[in-house]
Amino acid sequence: MDLYEYQGKQYFARFGLPVPDGETADSVEEAVAAAERLGFPVVLKAQVHVGGRGKAGGVKVAEDAAEAASHAGAILGLDIKGHVVHRLWVERASQISKEYYASFTLDRSDKRYLCMLSSKGGIDIEQVAEEDPGAIARCHVDPLDGFSEQEALALAAEAGIDEQARAGVAACLVSLYRCYDEGDADLVEINPLVLTQAGGVLALDAKVTLDDSAAFRHPEWADFAGFEELDHRERLARERGLQYVGLEGDVGIIANGAGLAMSTCDMVEQVGGRPANFLDIGGGASAEVMASALEVINTDEKVKAIFVNIFGGITRGEEVANGIVQALGRVDIKAPIVVRIDGTNAEQGRAILDSHGAEGLVSLPTMLEAARKAVELAAASASGVAGPSSGVSR
Amino acid sequence: MSVFVDASTKVVVQGISPTSQGLYHALRNRAYGTKVVAGTNPRRAGEVIEGIPVFATVAEAVEATGADASFVAVPPAGSAAAILEAAEAGIAFIVCITEFTPAHDEARVYSRLRRDFPGTRLLGPNCPGIISAGQCNIGITSGDIALPGGPVGLVSRSGTVFYQAMYELTEKGVGQTTGVGIGGDPVPGTSFVDCLAAFEADPETKAVLLIGEIGGVAEEEAAAYVAAHMSKPVVAYVAGVTAPPGRKMGHAGAIISGSTGTAAAKTAALSRAGVTVARNPTEAAQAMVEIVSELP
Repeated sequence: MDLYEYQGKQYFARFGLPVPDGETADSVEEAVAAAERLGFPVVLKAQVHVGGRGKAGGVKVAEDAAEAASHAGAILGLDIKGHVVHRLWVERASQISKEYYASFTLDRSDKRYLCMLSSKGGIDIEQVAEEDPGAIARCHVDPLDGFSEQEALALAAEAGIDEQARAGVAACLVSLYRCYDEGDADLVEINPLVLTQAGGVLALDAKVTLDDSAAFRHPEWADFAGFEELDHRERLARERGLQYVGLEGDVGIIANGAGLAMSTCDMVEQVGGRPANFLDIGGGASAEVMASALEVINTDEKVKAIFVNIFGGITRGEEVANGIVQALGRVDIKAPIVVRIDGTNAEQGRAILDSHGAEGLVSLPTMLEAARKAVELAAASASGVAGPSSGVSR
Repeated sequence: MSVFVDASTKVVVQGISPTSQGLYHALRNRAYGTKVVAGTNPRRAGEVIEGIPVFATVAEAVEATGADASFVAVPPAGSAAAILEAAEAGIAFIVCITEFTPAHDEARVYSRLRRDFPGTRLLGPNCPGIISAGQCNIGITSGDIALPGGPVGLVSRSGTVFYQAMYELTEKGVGQTTGVGIGGDPVPGTSFVDCLAAFEADPETKAVLLIGEIGGVAEEEAAAYVAAHMSKPVVAYVAGVTAPPGRKMGHAGAIISGSTGTAAAKTAALSRAGVTVARNPTEAAQAMVEIVSELP
């Protein structure tokens, strides 16, 4: 789960990281009231899950209430790379002297944690990484050893952090490590971590990705849920417990397993089609799950054909087929369905689908043939050729 | 021949009970011919479930039965502890199928095994398991899709594409030595490179089919290993060729990995290493048929 900046800062604060005082605001009135409580000047920051907010006009400084009102009005509702701003974070403006960068994440190659620290923080950190990789000091951390203040001080020196800031930066790194480790985050990143003109060190931004698998031991994470940007298909799928990613094409995809779902999308593109989505129903496809999956796909107006691709491992072919047949009885599916069942008890599964004999339901034995058929049906529908999609009866 | 497990492997099922997932899969594995010799469950020690004697701890099971492999199918909150218990009891090969083990638990377990139990191999977590065709099946793979007799070694990050690829090989009459599902979690106990090294050393394995997917650096590492150390032909497919780039949060990932991680980068790295790269599992199996037909 990706946290918004304000949630990330709240999470940082739990682990003792210094963050500026601030409040959330969902309207111009709330923003002005928050600004007046905090004291001017304030910064109003769009809360969206996308980088480049500042350049898009999503971060503005206000010197007084009128300016705060005008900026809040401009930022709320702003579309930043497809993300509409519904919430602001209003915080006390900081007098910045220097900008640094700090993060902890997993180095999958090394299988240990990696701390990165740079004295050249700010919006161009990826460019710094490319052009001047030496400007980013790195340190691997063994999870069994943890990360000490001494290591943090050494890294701060290596990164060329200004001497007056080193102790503060080191303390931040130690707290940031705790947030990463005890806080079960996949990523914690501060960019910029600033040295203020008053000589303090502050986390001015917060990027935190929590490990969803650890939610069972973090009841406090419930506070972070429920305010996420999803399109309506993704929202419906989430409610039904399905792994769904909306794409731009016209062939709806249902498969069991993330790898097979991706593989199905690959195959559809390779035979000349375009997937409308990635949808993984997981293991043990029951009638219930299959009906939900078909329902989600059915809400997508772009879908002209549906490709159900199941490999029966533990899941048995006849159970999948029964699931599809039951689903068809419950959901009025607009597009034709091509089903391919392979693996355990595939023959029985295909026999069930054949005997059901619905128009607009085609069963084919291999992934390749089924992909071709689904793409052909979608193309026929798109070009207006009368096919099963123009009136599926069953 | 096979890698990691064979007909003599003796398996203890951790956290067994009459309704556990572990028992369900263990019975399927036993029906395949796997020697399932023990189960553990502190509340059921002394019982016999479906003919499987139950012990309180892995150590007791090892002492009584000589088990040398374990099968972990416990819920995520207990998977790290279960793996370490098996390692401490001297188990050499641990299969953990548990999905949603916290990443930090995986990192700590990996570090602990590397430091204190260098002789123990962990497969997973979140993997389909391992099947040495006709000999031993530990995990959730349906045994009937494997064709004994070799000559192909199969290794996959994805679960269902692992089944798909094995099934396509079997359908085309190409047998397997061992299929290893390493899982796609952030810190897998066994890597592509570990499996490639084992297949390279196994005289019965003549060619390797590798199934990757987008994200991480495992395929790039596999490519480097193939280029430097493999004499046997390798065919690969990377799932997610057409996947759109995910929402990116933060810069740390980009700084570490640069442009690696995409299917394009992975297939390019594999091609440069001399690997035959297919665009889908069907093509991959077909490419393997051609390679096998030309083997001496």
